[in-house]
Amino acid sequence: MLKDITLGQYFPGNSLAHRLDPRTKILLTVLYIVILFCAQGFVSYALVAGLLIIGVKVSGVAPKALVRGLKPILFIICFTAVLNLFYTPGEILASFWIFKITKEGVFTAFFMVLRITMLIMGTFLLTYTTSPISLTDGLETLLAPLKKIKVPVHELSMIMSIALRFIPTLIEETDKIMSAQKARGADFESGSIFQRAKALVPILVPLFISAFRRADELAIAMECRCYHGDAGRTKLHVLHYQPRDYLVLLAYGAILVGVLGRFGL
Amino acid sequence: MKPIIRVENLTHTYGENTPFCRSAVKDVNMEIYQGEFLGVIGHTGSGKSTLIQHLNGLLKPTGGRILLGDRDIWAEPKKIRDVRFRVGLVFQYPEYQLFEETAYKDIAFGPKNMGLDEKEIDRRVRASAAFAGLEEELLEKSPFDLSGGQKRRVAIAGVIAMEPEVLILDEPSAGLDPAGRKSLLENIRAYHKEKGTTVVMVSHSMDEVAENVDRIVVLANAGVVMSGMPHEVFSRAQELIDVGLNVPQVTQVAMELVKRGVPVDPAVYTVADLRAALSALKGGRA
Amino acid sequence: MTEIIKTEDLTFSYPPDEGKEPVQALKGVDLSIARGSFTVILGHNGSGKSTLAKHMNAVLLPVGGKVWVDGMDTSDEDLLLEVRRRVGMVFQNPDNQIVANVVEEDVAFGPENLGVPTEDIQRRVAAALKAVGMEDFTLHAPHHLSGGQKQRIAIAGIIAMEPACIVLDESTAMLDPLGRREVLDTVRKLNREKGITIVLITHHMDEAAMADRVVVMDGGRVAMDGAPKEVLVRVEELRAIGLAAPHTVELLHGLRQDGFDVPLDALGIQECAGAIAESL
Repeated sequence: MLKDITLGQYFPGNSLAHRLDPRTKILLTVLYIVILFCAQGFVSYALVAGLLIIGVKVSGVAPKALVRGLKPILFIICFTAVLNLFYTPGEILASFWIFKITKEGVFTAFFMVLRITMLIMGTFLLTYTTSPISLTDGLETLLAPLKKIKVPVHELSMIMSIALRFIPTLIEETDKIMSAQKARGADFESGSIFQRAKALVPILVPLFISAFRRADELAIAMECRCYHGDAGRTKLHVLHYQPRDYLVLLAYGAILVGVLGRFGL
Repeated sequence: MKPIIRVENLTHTYGENTPFCRSAVKDVNMEIYQGEFLGVIGHTGSGKSTLIQHLNGLLKPTGGRILLGDRDIWAEPKKIRDVRFRVGLVFQYPEYQLFEETAYKDIAFGPKNMGLDEKEIDRRVRASAAFAGLEEELLEKSPFDLSGGQKRRVAIAGVIAMEPEVLILDEPSAGLDPAGRKSLLENIRAYHKEKGTTVVMVSHSMDEVAENVDRIVVLANAGVVMSGMPHEVFSRAQELIDVGLNVPQVTQVAMELVKRGVPVDPAVYTVADLRAALSALKGGRA
Repeated sequence: MTEIIKTEDLTFSYPPDEGKEPVQALKGVDLSIARGSFTVILGHNGSGKSTLAKHMNAVLLPVGGKVWVDGMDTSDEDLLLEVRRRVGMVFQNPDNQIVANVVEEDVAFGPENLGVPTEDIQRRVAAALKAVGMEDFTLHAPHHLSGGQKQRIAIAGIIAMEPACIVLDESTAMLDPLGRREVLDTVRKLNREKGITIVLITHHMDEAAMADRVVVMDGGRVAMDGAPKEVLVRVEELRAIGLAAPHTVELLHGLRQDGFDVPLDALGIQECAGAIAESL
């Protein structure tokens, strides 16, 4: 069922990770990704893994939930691993037919899998502990300076939060329309690719019409609640850096400097 | 009377083996008889939507089975589409599923999926449009240019056109105004009478059910709590109120009259019946 | 000023389809809504009741005539925000009026747009959620709520703007009996306890019985106007314009024809049963 999609879901909670300012978490995640992509060799990967483990511990998110999040991209991970395993030139460990496994290949594949897995887990940690609304809030505030060069930051974040609000509604609606058409004998599962694409018309047309209708009604409802863009708008929750944010950022920085300095990476 | 559909120990559990595990219907047993007009009532969350989606094989039971005729509908999963043609299901607010360029083509969608020939499709489209109370000239219009009530009729005609043995309607009158509601229900009643097809109407309006059906099944908390003729069901008015349902206004008045010592049948449910009973009573006393 | 909304010879027509004559949806409506009152506007689809409602906070502007909200002309663009702050509108589809994916954020949307200071927004959100009995759902995601609960959130979102009047444009039409009850109890409480003017547009006759005043629309005009006991007893007239009197009135009407000496206006169940018992 479509409802079971968990990609980027938010798990409410009250851990330190949940209470951190979204800007702090976004900055930490960005930093984490940068290090991950610069990482080479065991020590730097161990450092990133350490950061991830600390993050998971602090967030109270069940490691199982993180692993479950990997499922949809399992194929990509395996595919990358296989490619690297066979196509990296170097010292040959084993070979059969036209395939050769090299020592370098094993390492590259291993690190590649590690890199993708940790990338996904790290970003999931952000979305698991940050509600979509505070995530958009954080992004809007972080990107606010761009307003000076006429980037419509407020509008973009409004679009994003409305999209997030309507995703579950539209998923439910898709489910319902699919059931209704199936009840009239629509067949989405068999036939050629062309036939299957054509079978989507009875779903897509009502879905689009409904989405437009919803958009129309929502726009009127927003106007009725005095929405008139960014001008003079205040906020229910104003983001304030707390001492904990500075402490966490500081600690994160210290770990990085310490470890990187120690091993001279 | 012979059952056309038998529901045996039906259980449906969503999200099995997850923390969100919840049974929407639990160990439900019921029968739908050939040719009857059955009303299914229950409040939101009572399991009625889940139940009806099992009757045409849109949902697969996690426990128990559904018999259509004498066969388990999931005996041959590949042929489940045939079950959907035999048991027609009209969803709530069905007008939101319309997609074709003309009302005609939309009504023809079901029959076309059945693989019928042009001539038969044409006959069915016109016949079902008439049953649903749509005028011929509307058939060539885009469904999106029709009024809300007309759109709903197109959607209902789209299911009737499959000529199902059982027609299930989920809240067919939801959101319509009193005149629209009345005329749509008249159309459905006339269809039932003329075709002799089994009709199942799901509703949360007691008054609507009371005025239209032969028999009522009451759902609450994922199970069947009552079933019987309207008169039998409304004679247990207090139980209905206890499971969060209303009883028809007329029944409420009759119950109050009984409390005041007026000897009327507390299970009466139409204005005409109560009026007749009271007039007879007065005539007797005078 | 005793009236919060006043229309003066209000006419309106929707832009017509190509090559067709415009259809007049409102044909001269004179109506004033008293401050603190509870008015129900009844009518079948196409009677003009929703079109009228949409003029009450400048979603639509008159083609002819005038609409005044708290003494402000709704067609004056400079007053638009002020008009909309004073008269809030709750719509039919609960899903299409909730903006945010956390309840408190949604309720805060109006005050945020009005530039209310943060501490004040927080106070208003808490008070509004309490007023509709949804304070336990502050941090919930709206799409997990029932229809009735969603409408109460929408009402809270309006209350947070501290309006004088709430217009409910068929807000109960898509709800089940339980949801309808929730919404009706909520607006009745707001009317009684906070003195907020309520205008409820509906086609459910039984919702009319609880109002101070019932206005029946037909063909773009006001067809009947009066207390529920005056309007809902006009059985034949209501039937003629596609509405039905409550079953209690239908019953009393029938019994009178059979020679019973019962009043027609015993709308409530108790009242109705009492009157019949007495007449036997």
